[in-house]
Amino acid sequence: MELTRRTLLKATAISMTMAVAGCKKKEVKPAGTDVASAVETAEPDEWKSTVCRFCGTGCGVLVGIKDGKVVATKGDPDNRSSKGLNCIKGFYVGKILFGKDRLTKPLIREDKSKKGTMEGFREASWEEALDLVAKKLKENYEKDPSSIAFWGSGQQTIMDGYVSVKLWKAGLLNNNIDPNARLCMASAVTGFMSTFQSDEPMGSYKDLDEADVFVTWGANMAEMHPVLYSRLTARKLANTSVKHYDLTTRHSRTSETADTTMIFRPQSDLAIANAIANYLIQNNLYDQKFIDDHLKFKAGTENLGHSFKDDYDVTDGKDADKVWEISFEEYKQSVSAYTLEKAEEISGVPASDIEALAKEFGDPKKKIMSLWTMGMNQHTRGTWINNLVYNIHLLTGKISKPGNGPFSLTGQPSACGTAREVGVFSHRLPSDMVVNNPEHRRYTEMIWNLPAGYLDPIEKPGFHTVKMFRELGKGNVKFLWSMSNNWGQTMPKLNRFRGNDADGKGVLDGFIVVSEVYPTKSTELADVVFPAAMWVEREGQFGNAERRTSVFEKCTEPPGEAKWDIWTLIQIAKRVLDGKKIGDKPSFDVLFGNVWDYDKNDLLEDGHEVNSRLWAEYRSFTNPHESKNKEIQELGKKLKLKAKQMAPYEEYFKQHGICWPVREVNGEWVETNWRYAHGKQEEGFDQYGVEEFGEIGKYDNIDFYKSDDHRPSVIFRPFEDAAEIPDAEYPFWLCTGRVLEHWHSGSMTRRVPELHRAVPEALCEIHPEDAQALGIQNGDMVKVISKRGECEVKATTKGRGNPPKGLVYVPFFAEETLINLVTLDCYCPISKQPDYKKCAVKIVKA
Amino acid sequence: MKGAGFFKLMIGGLAAYELLNIMKAGNKTVLRPPGAADEDEFLALCVRCGKCNQACPYDSIKMGNENLGLGIGTPYIDARDNPCRLCDDFPCVNVCPTDALTGIHNVYDVEMGTAVIDTEACIAYHGMRCEVCYRECPLIDEAIKLNIYVKPDDPTHAVFAPIIDQEKCVGCGICEQRCVVDNPVAIRVKPREIKGLF
Repeated sequence: MELTRRTLLKATAISMTMAVAGCKKKEVKPAGTDVASAVETAEPDEWKSTVCRFCGTGCGVLVGIKDGKVVATKGDPDNRSSKGLNCIKGFYVGKILFGKDRLTKPLIREDKSKKGTMEGFREASWEEALDLVAKKLKENYEKDPSSIAFWGSGQQTIMDGYVSVKLWKAGLLNNNIDPNARLCMASAVTGFMSTFQSDEPMGSYKDLDEADVFVTWGANMAEMHPVLYSRLTARKLANTSVKHYDLTTRHSRTSETADTTMIFRPQSDLAIANAIANYLIQNNLYDQKFIDDHLKFKAGTENLGHSFKDDYDVTDGKDADKVWEISFEEYKQSVSAYTLEKAEEISGVPASDIEALAKEFGDPKKKIMSLWTMGMNQHTRGTWINNLVYNIHLLTGKISKPGNGPFSLTGQPSACGTAREVGVFSHRLPSDMVVNNPEHRRYTEMIWNLPAGYLDPIEKPGFHTVKMFRELGKGNVKFLWSMSNNWGQTMPKLNRFRGNDADGKGVLDGFIVVSEVYPTKSTELADVVFPAAMWVEREGQFGNAERRTSVFEKCTEPPGEAKWDIWTLIQIAKRVLDGKKIGDKPSFDVLFGNVWDYDKNDLLEDGHEVNSRLWAEYRSFTNPHESKNKEIQELGKKLKLKAKQMAPYEEYFKQHGICWPVREVNGEWVETNWRYAHGKQEEGFDQYGVEEFGEIGKYDNIDFYKSDDHRPSVIFRPFEDAAEIPDAEYPFWLCTGRVLEHWHSGSMTRRVPELHRAVPEALCEIHPEDAQALGIQNGDMVKVISKRGECEVKATTKGRGNPPKGLVYVPFFAEETLINLVTLDCYCPISKQPDYKKCAVKIVKA
Repeated sequence: MKGAGFFKLMIGGLAAYELLNIMKAGNKTVLRPPGAADEDEFLALCVRCGKCNQACPYDSIKMGNENLGLGIGTPYIDARDNPCRLCDDFPCVNVCPTDALTGIHNVYDVEMGTAVIDTEACIAYHGMRCEVCYRECPLIDEAIKLNIYVKPDDPTHAVFAPIIDQEKCVGCGICEQRCVVDNPVAIRVKPREIKGLF
């Protein structure tokens, strides 16, 4: 018998006093979180190999199937990135399929006045919804090509991204396509491109097994990359002299296990990194030979200001990405302002701690791995801090060697594989190429069978994400299609982008299409919702942080009428390209004819066949030598496209994931773990890359063959302060982020009962003394208020994270705790990635 | 007769003793609110007024029905369903009209019970990065700590095994509520042992 307040009242009626009304701290029941029935524990008929749906670690997951249904999951021991381990999200990933409120029918908004809610929709047939979306897309495109936009994702599969890019860039000749990876990895990308002229890390997870020193810079790896942190920790346990320095703005679970924690004032990481470089130079602790043989020095535009205004990119930010060569002497001179004392003054970190870390870098015997994520990327000088960490590794030659390397951890499962590698960005093309390079466009035209010059109309980059949403808010973008993301919850400065602010009303007027699996804060703002097949309800591919491409097999059918995104994209392509020609052929046939079943007038039914054909085409970008076209062979060689060489599709199933560049050695497809480093391919070195594009026998057996003149750049970047700094009225820094148990906006993990049980609500972490001064007790509701908006959230002084005085931390996973109403949309002038880690707020008791 | 009388008395006494114990059945498995005196004393002191139940801002404190035997009408906590949040000001204790709930000045005074981990059921012990109980523990790194060691079958990964500090754990039950494993739940709060009868 269940005990309730009512039965109690009966039992103790005599001495009962009147209940005190109100003051109850209700447990949060998130809207729409109809949690699912568990994955049953039936014995599966077969196990299929897949990869986890969540973070950029890319852990392998085996999915057990019985009678066509997913009934179990377990870690995949054959996935070389995770070796059978999962975190709690991966452990329960199978249950994301079973939320009771899955979207199973296309929805069309009838009542525009109900925008912002899930009311006002009616169910529609696919035919009707597709026709409507295609009509709106075409109409707006014909009126004004800059009024359409596509917002993709680092959670789209690689082939979803590829089709999106091809449809938008070649089909519609439009660059208004950008991914949510802009909010996540863009600064890492521009950091790589400006320093190395080649995206993605050179090293691999194997470095974790060999480093002597780990430095986490703005990365709470213990929670955000749990399985990799397990690997880092194993290395520390194996060798007690291994040290871990954690540079952070808040004491996290990572700090707890680090040897030295350096809590710095937000934004001052720029000063600390410069002080380390300066210390190495002043004390002759750098590697002169490495500099002589491998590096060049540069400086760039400074005093960039901040992007508060919508015209920033063409005013103050206009020349932000300009760099020029300088001498080592000039670099030394510039960086000399950053003494240890100066860095202490700016950052609050004791000079002795900074010196200790600098000495580690200065020790030629020590192998050092730097690891970072959003703390460095979500930063109004995100590109700069990426450059500065590379500077330190380059000056000391601690790079591209086992155990030595700057390693940019990735947030999303396929930010690398999809957004970056196939180029779902407003300025990119597949395989590291960019729209404003004529040779890159020409090469793309050849692979896509387009006439020479066909892609010239897209030579200018389109809208990056913040710009895209600002233009949507202003009513200039009138058609938006978003896929595998949840901008209605995760964009910063949400009052504008949910249409509440005057300069955001365009969001309500515009025509918005959302491809989704569950109702979200974004579907609330949609005019049409396409129900999507999720994860293993279709076959797909992800590319993780160590350049490992993995495939997940289709394990079950999607519910109801939900369809995989490639089907939807191709159906829209079929409609909008109708009547258009490329040369004398129909555009659709040129671009997507190879996956179209002309008899059935539909996408080929076999999803594996569709993926195989698309992969073969995408793969041809990176294998120019296999082409029969001599021009492709020659231009491909010149552009070094084999530096990103991909394997035939079936290999990925066979090997449970492979890290590119993948080389064919004696009939086997062998991965590369250390790019630019010469050594045996079978041992993970970049033998064939260096031999083909570089020179064998250079210092340290390294040739940075993708960099201009084979020399990466040490780029001087100064300290410039944050966009918004706490003051008397808004005295706290606000930092936002994730927790281990939930993925991004929680639309999947909060529908897994176990994960929802583990962390049912978002909490605001606040220092106990700050709480006391404000009269806030643990568990009290508080309002976090900025100039842009406010958010009510429960305060905790006993959280898993412990902010210093003057800083509060709120995770963004809970849709009833919309912390992004408060955050700021200022972005890095080079990467255009907004800074979710710092803005000024006040805290009041709610 | 004397012997038989004594025997009867003995039987009667034993029966009464056993009956009392039976009526108290469940006591040993019931978690009492913070500041509860030893079980027998608590049963004597608690006037079943329900004030603690009403004072609890989280509705964590329930009142026992007939299933609690002599404990009918007394307050208890079902940790898996809704544990004690260890409020800064302990309103349940403050409102108690008798000394049934007493002596709590801060969280470290609380002694409701002690969490116990079932290391077979706990997936962290099998190498999964879970440790939800640890991260959700209001006395993180005090009551629940991590025992970190190299995974026996995989030298490149570590096991992050939660362990309980029996001295520091106050038995609030948040770990039990948050545990992601079911059938059985991998961490349970064992109520403080009763110290004797009468």
